[in-house]
Amino acid sequence: MKNDRRTFIKHAAAAGAFTAAGFPHIWSKNASLAYAQSGQIKVGVLFSLTGTTAIIEESLNKATIMAIEEINAVGGVNGMKIVPVVEDPASDPATFAEKARKLVLSDKCVSVFGSYTSASRKAVLPVFERQANLFFYPTLYEGRECSKNVIYTGAVPNQQQDDFVPWLVEKFGKRWYMIGSNYIYPKEENNYCKKLLKSLGAEVIAEEYVPLGHSEFSSVINKFRSEKPNVIFSTVVGDSVVALHRQYRAAGLDPATMPMASLTTSENEVAAMGGDAAAGHFTSAPYFMVHESPENRRFVEAYRKRWGADKVTHFVSESSYFQVYLFKQAVAKLKAGDINPLAIREALKGEQFQAPQGLVKVEPENLHCWLHPKIGQCQSDGQFKILKQSANWLEPNPYSAYPNQKCTAEGLKEI
Amino acid sequence: MDFVVSQLLTGLSLSSILLLVALGLAIIYGVTGVINLAHGEFVMLGAYCAWLLQTQLGWGLLPSLIPIFVAVALLGLAIEYLVIRHLYDRPLDTILATWGLGVMAQQIVRLLAGGELRYVQMPGALSESVNILGATDSAYRLFVLAFALGLFALTWYVYRHTSIGLQLRAITQNRQIASSFGINAGRAYRLTFAYGAGIAGLAGALISPLKSVSPEMGTGYVVDAFMVVVVGGVQSLFGTVVSSGLLGELTGALAYLSNDTIAKALVLAAVVVIIRFRPQGLFTPRLRA
Repeated sequence: MKNDRRTFIKHAAAAGAFTAAGFPHIWSKNASLAYAQSGQIKVGVLFSLTGTTAIIEESLNKATIMAIEEINAVGGVNGMKIVPVVEDPASDPATFAEKARKLVLSDKCVSVFGSYTSASRKAVLPVFERQANLFFYPTLYEGRECSKNVIYTGAVPNQQQDDFVPWLVEKFGKRWYMIGSNYIYPKEENNYCKKLLKSLGAEVIAEEYVPLGHSEFSSVINKFRSEKPNVIFSTVVGDSVVALHRQYRAAGLDPATMPMASLTTSENEVAAMGGDAAAGHFTSAPYFMVHESPENRRFVEAYRKRWGADKVTHFVSESSYFQVYLFKQAVAKLKAGDINPLAIREALKGEQFQAPQGLVKVEPENLHCWLHPKIGQCQSDGQFKILKQSANWLEPNPYSAYPNQKCTAEGLKEI
Repeated sequence: MDFVVSQLLTGLSLSSILLLVALGLAIIYGVTGVINLAHGEFVMLGAYCAWLLQTQLGWGLLPSLIPIFVAVALLGLAIEYLVIRHLYDRPLDTILATWGLGVMAQQIVRLLAGGELRYVQMPGALSESVNILGATDSAYRLFVLAFALGLFALTWYVYRHTSIGLQLRAITQNRQIASSFGINAGRAYRLTFAYGAGIAGLAGALISPLKSVSPEMGTGYVVDAFMVVVVGGVQSLFGTVVSSGLLGELTGALAYLSNDTIAKALVLAAVVVIIRFRPQGLFTPRLRA
């Protein structure tokens, strides 16, 4: 027994030493890397295929791979093929950082597409900033970040709320109940929402957070019943969102008078809770699967053909898809010898692409995207009905809740 | 008034779910002394059985309950026969073994059914809400409450008033002496383990329409169940029902007054205080030393 343990420790130490020796590139200079060798451009694909968030990240991996395959099928970028290096960070922020390091340093990827949660984005951020590489992040998030090494293609609070909140106030009323999961994303979204509500003369009657993974909402629903809010602003995420909707439905509350308004409930979450529980509630997002456009018809058809007829597309898989095309357009503007992460970033500034949701553009100042906010109401078949689309695309403002701060090309500025 | 009633009902609903999940654990621990860390996975398997019967065979939840009980109980029987019975009187090893079984069950389900969140349809007749003394409550939650109490009454009856119950009580008090009087302790243990697993399966099936079904769902429930059993006293069925009632009402009230995050923390703190001053739990059967 004792012997066994000793051997084990010896082996573990040896393995540790071996791993450390496996990364001699840590000290090499980026400038010497040739990113477009032998007609290939290597990119990293970093979405969890196992672990708790694999459910959703798998669909982001699929959308990314499909976009790369499509681009290669029509000749690649200036004759060069995009070669994806797929890693599985297993829903664990530490593993995210480790795999990001591997993709950047050892695989010499020129950019990496990946991650879903804010925790995993924060974990990989130092890698991309230190190595002067480029990370493409497809998820809607809470804003308040101004990295020069990340292209953000998901919505920030102002893009989801500017149309949504006034519309809900006008349609349902001024008494709002905020319920969210207890972490940074819901708190930041609520910060901005409270600001909007104040300017509209509406009141927040309660702001409440439940633990992540919480699944018992009967007390919360009791409070809905006694407070009778006009709108329930929900930033509950993950499996909690399923429990909240199903218990709301079981309690016999009526979405027609007390709807839940969400920024995170996509076709994917609706599939997990069942259309009956989701029907009647609202979501604001730049993309819904039912959106009518030739680009979206092509996207949905191709996605289902490639991955299965029962699959759904949603607002994060759509941005995972179009950000690969933005990357392609930027690389296409560069000469093969000039291809490196920072040149791609410069080429991306102001770049436009006709995405499934509509025309999108990378804002040169803050590297977020101009998007087309839409308001959808969930139907019992599990799809959304789009009730309102903004006439124009909307500028991203990652610091919308903080008027004295602004993200510029030079970095974060205090005003 | 209606508000007080609805708050009490909420607490009762929380209690009934706690009772359903803890009952199987309490029986298994009380009789065999095995700390079953795979208990949450029995709950999870019950929920997946309900999902499977619904999506594959189109069965409603209520007719599925009996086959689910039988299936999970048989699984419990098999696990007892293959693993647990070799580990009696080795409490640390049973903890490790049942924990390992739990991890395996999670991964097997993930491989077979996929990691997606699932849901189970509520029985149509119970998906409405009903009025009680001016308060509205979900008919399904009341049904779960009635079911939990019924199941407890049945278990109580078997334990107190049947010959197998008498044998169980004898084994609980002293296994060696019971065996010397001709009671087949091995068989009693096996049946107890199977019954406890079956009840956990029922619990999983019954909560599946209210919660999401996923391979990891059991982990949270096993913690709640242990809390109930520890507070109630490990060998007391009555203690289990009282402590689930207490913890449910307490959680409900605190969550209403503040929020769920604080309620969870305060309830855990209360449990710590209780077991500090009454390590044997609130209710313990009096035994002659």
